[in-house]
Amino acid sequence: MTTKLFGEPVRRREDARLVTGRGRYLDDIGAGALAAAFVRSPHAHARVLDVDVDAALDVEGLVAIYTYEDLTGPLAEPLPVLIPHPQLHAPRTGHPLANGEVNHVGEPVVMVVATDRYVAEDAAERIAVTYEELPAVVGVDAAREARASVHAEIPDNVAAVHHQETGDVEEALRGSSRTLSFTQYVERSACMPLEGKGVHARWDADDSSLRVHTSTQASTSVRAAIAAKLQLPLDQVEVVAPDVGGGFGVKIVHPWPEELLVPMAAIALGREVKWTEDRREHFISSAHERQQRQEIRVGFDDDGRLTALDVHIWHDNGAYTPYGIIVPIVTATQLVGPYVVPTYRVRVESVYTNTVIVTPYRGAGRPQGCFAMERTMDRIADALGLDRAVVRERNLIRPDQFPYDHHLTFQDGRPVIYDSGDYPGLLGKLTALVGWSAAGELRAAAAERGKLLGIGMALYVEGTGPGPYEGGHVQVLGSGKVLVSTGLTSQGQGHETVFAQIVASELGVPIDDVEVTTGDTRRFGYAVGTFASRAAVMSGNAVALAARGVREKALRIAAEVLEAEPDDLEIEDGLVQVRGTPGTSIPLRTVAVLSNPLRYAFDEAAKQATQFATHDDSKPPVAPGDAPGLEHREYFSPLRSTFASGAHAAVVEVDPQTWEIDVVTYAVVHDCGNVVNPMIVEGQVHGGVAQGVGGALYERMAYDADGQLQNASFMDFLMPYASEVPDVVIDHQQTPSPLNPLGIKGAGEAGVIPGSAALASAIEDAVGRRITSMPISPTELYDLVRDPGAERTAASARRAGAPA
Amino acid sequence: MKPAPFRYADPGSVAEALEVLAGEEGAKVLAGGQSLLPLLSMRLAAPAVLVDLNRVPGLDAVEVTEDGVRVGALVRHAELLAHAGAARVQPLLTRATANVAHPAIRNRGTTVGSIAHADPSGEMTAVLALTGGSVTVAEPSGERTVGWRDLFVGPLETSLPAAAVVTAAAFPALPPRSGTAFAEVSRRRGDYAVCGAGVVVTLDGDRRVAAARASYVSVGPVPAVHDLTGAVAGSPVEDADWAAAGALARTLVDPDGDLHASADYRRLLVGVLTERTLASAAAEAAAKATAA
Repeated sequence: MTTKLFGEPVRRREDARLVTGRGRYLDDIGAGALAAAFVRSPHAHARVLDVDVDAALDVEGLVAIYTYEDLTGPLAEPLPVLIPHPQLHAPRTGHPLANGEVNHVGEPVVMVVATDRYVAEDAAERIAVTYEELPAVVGVDAAREARASVHAEIPDNVAAVHHQETGDVEEALRGSSRTLSFTQYVERSACMPLEGKGVHARWDADDSSLRVHTSTQASTSVRAAIAAKLQLPLDQVEVVAPDVGGGFGVKIVHPWPEELLVPMAAIALGREVKWTEDRREHFISSAHERQQRQEIRVGFDDDGRLTALDVHIWHDNGAYTPYGIIVPIVTATQLVGPYVVPTYRVRVESVYTNTVIVTPYRGAGRPQGCFAMERTMDRIADALGLDRAVVRERNLIRPDQFPYDHHLTFQDGRPVIYDSGDYPGLLGKLTALVGWSAAGELRAAAAERGKLLGIGMALYVEGTGPGPYEGGHVQVLGSGKVLVSTGLTSQGQGHETVFAQIVASELGVPIDDVEVTTGDTRRFGYAVGTFASRAAVMSGNAVALAARGVREKALRIAAEVLEAEPDDLEIEDGLVQVRGTPGTSIPLRTVAVLSNPLRYAFDEAAKQATQFATHDDSKPPVAPGDAPGLEHREYFSPLRSTFASGAHAAVVEVDPQTWEIDVVTYAVVHDCGNVVNPMIVEGQVHGGVAQGVGGALYERMAYDADGQLQNASFMDFLMPYASEVPDVVIDHQQTPSPLNPLGIKGAGEAGVIPGSAALASAIEDAVGRRITSMPISPTELYDLVRDPGAERTAASARRAGAPA
Repeated sequence: MKPAPFRYADPGSVAEALEVLAGEEGAKVLAGGQSLLPLLSMRLAAPAVLVDLNRVPGLDAVEVTEDGVRVGALVRHAELLAHAGAARVQPLLTRATANVAHPAIRNRGTTVGSIAHADPSGEMTAVLALTGGSVTVAEPSGERTVGWRDLFVGPLETSLPAAAVVTAAAFPALPPRSGTAFAEVSRRRGDYAVCGAGVVVTLDGDRRVAAARASYVSVGPVPAVHDLTGAVAGSPVEDADWAAAGALARTLVDPDGDLHASADYRRLLVGVLTERTLASAAAEAAAKATAA
């Protein structure tokens, strides 16, 4: 059947447009617009004593210069703390332009508007800002030591202490037959979408309305923020996310200073104004993630079963906390993964540093949580001399334990209750896929070639699709076109394809008739945004429900025309027909025409719906409680998040002369419930793995002690090329979610989560030295293996002692 | 990331180019632009004038004789990489060029430009040194030849005056009974090398090692040639202790550390790459000796 497309590997409809240069990204808009450029702080921590713009004033083409002094009303106040939380006891946010103090290199101080970006940068270069430098706090350990403070009134640098516990962990540890304690680190990386941020604003003075295009993951909320900060009525502000060249989390943060300042200037100047972020700006003034120090104490029995887990994390939140403590909460609650943890305590101290803000990056705290738990599993196995897969297997939540309540509170304020899953199934598929039991033979074969081979694995559970809600609107036009819109935005995931698949399947129309619009507040005003692997779960179900509403109305109208019962009708390939009675049918497009009784005929189709063409004198043209048009709007609001899961394994070969690390096999078993489009899910996994490998082996934010980012370019920040990303072998498992009509779970972030954990495990297995910090590069691995103080794994000692 | 204002000169001859360079303070020659344009965009360089050589005729030839290869100032890396004659006379040229960045950069960037840029992490500076090459320099006073030792002064710094155009680079042919090899370790494929090594091994008539020389990439401020013959001199090619030559090399270099590699790690790689490349070059030389 051509219209039943749910679950099929339908090719992405957006790709032909995007790969042939017909996309419309932010910088494609407003060719004649004035350009904004920013003077940004060159210091990590300083007072701003003076801003002298005189030298810039004679730059030809300069239009305006704005400093903090030019901001008025709510715009002069600090930027919002988007997600407040009772445990965030000392939140701080910056101002759109620095108000007397800068807290990281890259913080905006002055905005220049000129005829083009070249001129704007010429003028910006001539603006002299006088700073008084203050001591910089760089890195999580420096923040913890608090010899200096980022915000003077917060001397310990602690923004929040997030704390959850499920029992008396000290007592449980005392009662454990075995315990281990250790400390480990994860370094900073960043989303690095190929398209940076960007904002274009146009003010229509006659209409008193503002249209803003912004490269965002949350257009409805940007709209609300602009209206609030610029004191405009909401109905006079439109915000559109055009094609967005990747987000990965950084564009869920809002309003960015530029999202307020560019519209402000457009209104003040009565001209179109545009700002397109360049790569250096993106490095030093967007957002990073991931740095944590993790202190872990674990209790377990002689079989390797967990008895107690106590985790104390210091989380580097950068200079400000606009996105609250979402990342710490996600780490704290997702750390437990697919395992039964009888007694768990987690404390996350979220600390300020004089570096770029930390907000969710694909995975959003989960890679760190996974690193903590999976490395703990590896340590237990090593201490007991057990196979790492066996230890994991013994601790897994069993399939008959669902729904499984961890007695924790998730990032959406709702309980962490796993809805469904089959973790032993995942592990079984993974060990088969990667050839876990044959690792010894692989190791021997690699040794023949002079290579050190290691294998590692990591499992995760990922809360996806949090609320509060998303909506969908489906409308059938008289032409037969089906318009679908939802408020959340797209950054290349393939929403045009999957939402069309869902609607085509639900409604019974050819997918080619379905047109999908996302992230345009003119089309759909209520939305939350695209993050937390929620688009398919939230908007997917919303558009499905909306399509069901349209279907119901279509059948009702068609039943009258066909003189049949709605229950006897079906829609196939855009045709409403009596089931089992071929020939008794009416095209859905005609139903759409008839749904809207008309006085005026403006085309051939409309004639069929005019007042002399339709007649049932006993009823009003539009029934009470009904509405003209074949359309329906519906919202989906789930009880709580649905929990996807997966397992990764990596085989690495290390060159014992150069210490280069080659990932020779990367295996993924993935469970995101019912799959709408397996090809798109695999694409999401591939992209996630690429970022996971990047975070494990290549990427880091190299800040020096003064808070200067040393590698703020694609030459020195080593985002992996295709040539560095291993081939990925994938197996699927489907345990549907009971929490939504389509039974689906999110898939967007999964691929990135276990990368550092699995690769650390594999490298440790290869070299026999404990890996306690990720990422790791060849030069660091060389340092580790020749460090006499480096801990050797018990497994390597056993292997060395084993007869050849 | 937009360049500061600059004027653009589009000379039709080397003489015209020299006129602009001599007459303007802060003029800079543009050929492939693969190093210069990013520096302009990041405002790390702000020359008053760019003197674009791309329309100057006669600078785009690769000339091959039995004595060596002469590469014109507008020859792109990709062209040299595909040049069979150059590969025959001096195999290091193609072996090294294959390690220069990615195809898009090789299509635009020039071999001579990368030498004039004098970046110690460039491959072709090391090859110029290892082959004992030189450059032809046009100046208002006339043309002269500058040997590689006199050319490189420091990182990104040559001995040439502002009013000069490097019109060609000359790489002498590989001597008889010799083999070469070139290898790099980089963090990502096509990146600047963390460490690279080019070597030449020459045998005597009895298949004994007569000479072993190496030059490194991303090691030290200027290109250098290290004579490693002492570790292997006189050894029959099959028995030569290339590890000893690698160990000797490690004592001769003084690399710096940076974000991607400590100095120690670079020194380690000098040893490993030296051993590997010498063995490969020697095998090639031995094969030639057998064939001869």
